[in-house]
Amino acid sequence: MAKRIEASNVSSYYGSFKAIDSISMTVEPKTITALIGPSGCGKSTFLRSINRMHEVLPNARIEGRLTIDDQNIYDPDVDVTAVRRMIGMVFQRPNPFPTMSIYENVIAGLKLNGVRKKSLLDDAAEKSLKSANLWDEVKDRLARPGAGLSGGQQQRLCIARTIAVQPQVVLMDEPCSALDPISTLAIEDLMFKLKDQFTIIIVTHNMQQAARVSDKTGFFSIDKTGEPGRLIEYDDTQKIFSNPAEKKTEDYITGRFG
Amino acid sequence: MSLLERENPGVIMTPDNIRSKKLPWVINLGIAVGALVLAAAVVLGLGIGNWVLVIVVGIVFYLAGLFAAASRVEGRRSARNRLWQTLIYGACILAILPLASVVWTLVSKGAARLDGDFFGSSMNNIGARDPNGGAYHAIIGTLEQVGIATLMAVPLGVLGAIYLVEYGRGKFALTVRFFVDVMTGIPSIVAGLFILAFWVLIVSPWFNNGTPRFSGFAASLALTVLMLPTIVRSTEEMLRLVPGPLREGAYALGVPQWKTIVKVVLPTALPGIVTGVMLAVARAAGETAPVLLVAGGAAAINFDPFAGNQSSLALYVYGQAGDASRYAPDRAWTAALTLVTLVLILTIAAKLLARRNRLT
Amino acid sequence: MGDYPSRSASTGAGGSSVTARHARSAGGGISPIPPDDLDGSRPPLGGGGALPRKARFSMETGFRALSTAAGAMVLVIIVAIAIFLISKAVPALQANTENFLTYKAWFPNDAEPKFGIAALAFGTVLTSVIALIVAVPVALGIALFLSHYAPKRLANPLGFIIDLLAAVPSVVFGLWGRDVFRVPVEDFSVWLNKYFSWLPIFGGDGPFGRSILLGSLVLAIMVLPIVTSLSREVFQQTPLMNEEAALALGATKWEMIRTAVVPYGKPGVIAAVMLGLGRALGETIALALTLGIVFNISFNLIESGGNSIAANIANTFGEANATGRGALIASGLVLFAITLVVNMAARAIIYRRREFRDSAA
Repeated sequence: MAKRIEASNVSSYYGSFKAIDSISMTVEPKTITALIGPSGCGKSTFLRSINRMHEVLPNARIEGRLTIDDQNIYDPDVDVTAVRRMIGMVFQRPNPFPTMSIYENVIAGLKLNGVRKKSLLDDAAEKSLKSANLWDEVKDRLARPGAGLSGGQQQRLCIARTIAVQPQVVLMDEPCSALDPISTLAIEDLMFKLKDQFTIIIVTHNMQQAARVSDKTGFFSIDKTGEPGRLIEYDDTQKIFSNPAEKKTEDYITGRFG
Repeated sequence: MSLLERENPGVIMTPDNIRSKKLPWVINLGIAVGALVLAAAVVLGLGIGNWVLVIVVGIVFYLAGLFAAASRVEGRRSARNRLWQTLIYGACILAILPLASVVWTLVSKGAARLDGDFFGSSMNNIGARDPNGGAYHAIIGTLEQVGIATLMAVPLGVLGAIYLVEYGRGKFALTVRFFVDVMTGIPSIVAGLFILAFWVLIVSPWFNNGTPRFSGFAASLALTVLMLPTIVRSTEEMLRLVPGPLREGAYALGVPQWKTIVKVVLPTALPGIVTGVMLAVARAAGETAPVLLVAGGAAAINFDPFAGNQSSLALYVYGQAGDASRYAPDRAWTAALTLVTLVLILTIAAKLLARRNRLT
Repeated sequence: MGDYPSRSASTGAGGSSVTARHARSAGGGISPIPPDDLDGSRPPLGGGGALPRKARFSMETGFRALSTAAGAMVLVIIVAIAIFLISKAVPALQANTENFLTYKAWFPNDAEPKFGIAALAFGTVLTSVIALIVAVPVALGIALFLSHYAPKRLANPLGFIIDLLAAVPSVVFGLWGRDVFRVPVEDFSVWLNKYFSWLPIFGGDGPFGRSILLGSLVLAIMVLPIVTSLSREVFQQTPLMNEEAALALGATKWEMIRTAVVPYGKPGVIAAVMLGLGRALGETIALALTLGIVFNISFNLIESGGNSIAANIANTFGEANATGRGALIASGLVLFAITLVVNMAARAIIYRRREFRDSAA
């Protein structure tokens, strides 16, 4: 199921402003990769360029090559919606559709794909909610509005919604930054569980979280404001946090900077 | 394989292949041309309509053809996306057509009487066969009626808004606000009927030896009723946008509330208030119904808004529209062009002012 | 927050005189007030000693009373409207020999007045409903185009122009409708009659000039800007994160609009439609010029005919006697009641929506 993501010299521009410069990394299937670094150094920009969500902003473009299992994501022949079906995303603030119930939120992606049969939808909803560790809490109130849940539950709902369409890769953009510590731990446990099925790439400000959760870590930074973000170091998490090769990485890890 | 994939083999949720063909724009164009040709053949061949029908049928054929072709090449979902996008673009074009027609007619027909005679003379002594005649009296009427109405509505409206924002508390304020909302919905002809019943039929005979009298002032009263709620609501909105800390800074210096309002709050909100007033004035200048009912309509110039019938530009257009003389349409259109120009200048100025407003 | 104390030296309760006395009794030394204030004629800027008593009738109370009076004027006007209109309408209604609500013709000036609003109310509602049926889909399409499809450089000028359309006076639309638009509508009506006369709305033998169809279409063009600009505002307020959530699931642009934008905007759109309906119901001059002015109740859209309450007032007020005027006023009251209900409902939806949005933010 899960696929490999490979970036070679990916740079991203908004108009003439260069946001990230020459990022190269390989993400193996069924691993969790964390992207860390100070604010504004391009981690989210890079993440969003993987499922082409950065194109939501006007005048966005990419240079370089980004492939999923050797298929170039930015090939002119590529259907953007197919890319996004294959690479799902969970956002920083939980964003269930406010006019839909919990059930409708989870199956939203399935319905878009034309699945109509109730039995299939019910089954998929249950599976996704179970995978997201939310089933027990909501199974009796699936018809209630999605926005009525707590923050942590909403985020798990969004995760359920994302995995219901069975993507290959799941991107998470600071998924716990708007949540309390208990919900954060719940989501981190969830990530371990999901690792078996999906490739996961997570952007996080929380270094401890990156150390807890990920297999590999990439450290982003910028030289000064106005400069594009760069990938300073990318290696096994253990190495990054105990014996980083770059000085900048070490400065960040030890809190001397950022 | 999940339950989903087993039961629903046709549904590929995350296709292994992310590439898909796109419909080349050349094909799109070809479908459009083909649809038009086909429609022409059907409509003109069968003789069931003219070129307008050809276009309508052509559009239907085009949409159907586009959907079919896109479904084949790009897939159902993408085809539906294209279809709706085309419909949405089409809605805009559909709306532009009548608008363009109105503008074109105004300019082309209205140019007929753009002469000094039109703006300098009235309809006094102009018979049915007389090609002269102008709208001077109507322009005077509009300026006076709207001017007096503004002088009445603005202080009343601004003070009322000040009450609602600064002093109003409790049930009375809620009632006032509710009735302001009620007033915004008064049809202009009902406002005219009210002034007819109240001012013209009951009050004016006191000043006129017992006989009711139409006047420009009566029209001003009706226009005031129409302008008041707009001014109150827009002023209220502007006053609320003035930041609390601005007021509190003045209070903390010991400035009394009335002085804070007059010297701090109002000047800050002034551009927005002016915008609201200008929009209300633009609307009042274009009103026909109230003037029709209470100003009497006149052919001659009358500078006195308090005595005797008056016309207004909008009423003049309406009157000339219903006039059987063959010179009337030209006059009607030139007057319409003048009226629209006046209203648009006010409205555009108001909106440009709103854009530069620091508060919004 | 009181006023400054009045200047008369006889206010012994506070102000400069107390301070001055203290200063003088302290002897030569350092005084807390500048030397030229020692005569106590000017209070120090900080207010001096004890708190001044609040004056009873000051600018403050005067101003407050003035603005309260202005607010009360609104109530006075509304009450006056109700009183005067009802008082003029009642005698006419009493003189009516037919049922006001069900009679179709309009002869209030006769010796035996006979008038009823059945045909007028029917025409008012029918033209407004048809106008909305035509205008709303187009308006929503334009609103979506402006909020989600058009590039910014095009969307703002285009939206501006649509707003300007709302300012064009109705007499201009009426004139254009009767002189210019009538021709294609007439051709269209003839065509409809030729091929679809089996449908009662397109039946009849003609003439097909000034009809409900023409009036409704002109009304639709007039209502379009209001519905468009309000809907556009609503669509623009869709939270970006819901739109992104839909896109991230692999939705096409239209699917995203269907999933995130339209459901979110539904209450706002309903309010916009109702405000448009309110405007259409109250429209006078455009309909007076474009309807055929015939007193009957018929669903035939294309034959010359159609009438509305407001148009009737505009057309017949000139020759009306006292009873006639009373009858027109009575019909105006009915119109006012209808538009009142519609406008209130629309504002209720908008207020509730604004509260919900502000509290959720």
